[in-house]
Amino acid sequence: MNAYARYFLKKSGWYLVTLLIALILNFLLPRLIEGNPVSTIASQVSQGMTDSDSIKKVYDNFMKEFGVDKPLLAQFGIYLKKLVTGDLGTSFGLYPRKVSDILMAAVPWTVALQLPAILVGWIIGNVLGAVAAYRKGVFDKVLFPAALFVNSIPFFTLAIIMLYLLAITLKWFPMSGGYDYQMVPHFSLDFILSVLRHHTLPFLSIVLVTIGGQAIGMREMSIYELNSDYVLYSKLLGIRDSRVARYVFKNAMLPQITGLALSIGTMVGGSLICEIVFSYPGIGTWLFTAIRQLDYPLISGCTLLIALTVLLANFTIEIVYGIVDPRIKASQMEEN
Amino acid sequence: MKHSAGILIRSPKFMFGAIMLLLMVALVVIVPLINRADPLSMEALAFQPPGGGLLLGSDNFGRDLFLELVYGIRTSIMVGLVAGVFATIIGLAIGLLCGYAGGFLDNILTAVTNMFIVIPSFIILILISVSINSRSSLLVALIIGLTSWPWTARAVRAQTSSLRNRDHVNLAKISGHSTPKIIVFEILPYIASYVVMAFILQVASGILSEASISMLGLGPYNTISLGIIMNWALVFEAPVAGAWWAFIPAAFSIAVITFSLYMINTGMDEIFNPKIRSERA
Repeated sequence: MNAYARYFLKKSGWYLVTLLIALILNFLLPRLIEGNPVSTIASQVSQGMTDSDSIKKVYDNFMKEFGVDKPLLAQFGIYLKKLVTGDLGTSFGLYPRKVSDILMAAVPWTVALQLPAILVGWIIGNVLGAVAAYRKGVFDKVLFPAALFVNSIPFFTLAIIMLYLLAITLKWFPMSGGYDYQMVPHFSLDFILSVLRHHTLPFLSIVLVTIGGQAIGMREMSIYELNSDYVLYSKLLGIRDSRVARYVFKNAMLPQITGLALSIGTMVGGSLICEIVFSYPGIGTWLFTAIRQLDYPLISGCTLLIALTVLLANFTIEIVYGIVDPRIKASQMEEN
Repeated sequence: MKHSAGILIRSPKFMFGAIMLLLMVALVVIVPLINRADPLSMEALAFQPPGGGLLLGSDNFGRDLFLELVYGIRTSIMVGLVAGVFATIIGLAIGLLCGYAGGFLDNILTAVTNMFIVIPSFIILILISVSINSRSSLLVALIIGLTSWPWTARAVRAQTSSLRNRDHVNLAKISGHSTPKIIVFEILPYIASYVVMAFILQVASGILSEASISMLGLGPYNTISLGIIMNWALVFEAPVAGAWWAFIPAAFSIAVITFSLYMINTGMDEIFNPKIRSERA
């Protein structure tokens, strides 16, 4: 078996265990709510209902879904079995809609917002950071504190300020939603334009904050590499600057890729809240609604989905990284 | 020690951060002494603009926003500190244990640490907060600390395991010093600056976590924090009402506090880690 296959298997094994732990946390924590969660919840859901028959129906339905009468391990078995078939239970707040249906409708919005925003922010941030480290001088003196300041503003704060300035005061962009509310989603130029207009502000606010964090990291890595011995040596050998810069940035870039992998978790958390500010119809807004209504199945559906996505993203990056980074390749060899 | 303090004072970044932070702390200590009013009492009509008797106007319930802001900053800083201390203690303990003990224990704990780095801590934070019905600000701080230790643990482990085989540590071992003594006197002093910097970052991220979780409506009860002020502004649609004073000052305060903490951290980093100074030494 070659080194990479072993690396791959080892990583896959660890990620499977991590996945299991994430599932257990997601299963166990909401069940720690004091008392019988079903009666607490069913009484909240059925508050508006007067017909005792339908109250009983709601109660029985949730009893069956939670399976609280069975031992915990059996409950976990049921939970896993349902999960595999894609059944995440029924929403309390939007009874009787299925959690999986709600999430299915929200995912495209979130992906279309966050994936481009995080990638664009990451690329611009890295370029700026590298240039700041290389050029030094005024550019660095201005960019670095600015990036640091943007980075210390929480995602949602920047979002709220942009919402106020650009959407409410200047009225350049719409305030909330994913498209004009009088429209029905369909394939037409009008609708696409409306979606784009609503997309701009949340997109920009995520991009800006991502730029800040990435620029700081890249600047630091580049300065570290620029001060290292091999750079001095290459310069003494008379190798052209542009070539040295290429070595430096290749070396500085690799930790930034891991950085991307590791910070995806925080980024996703942060930009979810950004969705809430703009009432963007993605996972974040549903999570906010679910928390306000104590809609436990929807909450755990959202958290599960986010955890799974982050795990998958990290796994993919680590697997690719194993091919790209010579240092990891070397450590694979050593183990043999 | 005296030497490092002298260098720190000459670092503009460190001083800038430290002075800003001290000003903030002074504000939240002094204002409640002068103005003894209850920040939750109603003083005016809803969403009154700044001016008149109220420095920062009033919120949706007609409460004095300046006073709320002061108490909010106090809660946020306290939550950040407690969360930072808690996360640093757990991270330090696990990191030292892993790095110094090595072997099987190290493998297990490192694996656990790596798992909790990958599972988004924000999600665990939401799940725990949802399942606990009455959250005090102390409890929220502890939960944040409980979910944010892995970064410190990983860094401390890496440093400790590289120190473990140094000559001075071996010498102490041969001299028959006990393990706790070796850790305290031969290992800790070498990673102390690093731990302090990690602690500062943990405080900053604790403040951000509290703000995020409070924005979601999962913050502490019966108190005011910067995140809670933002949550109120959002829930009661202050942006729509044009009441910028209900959320901009709170948002700005969070940014200023975390910014000054980052500045302190960067200033210290450049001193303890000369390799990353941008001017070549």
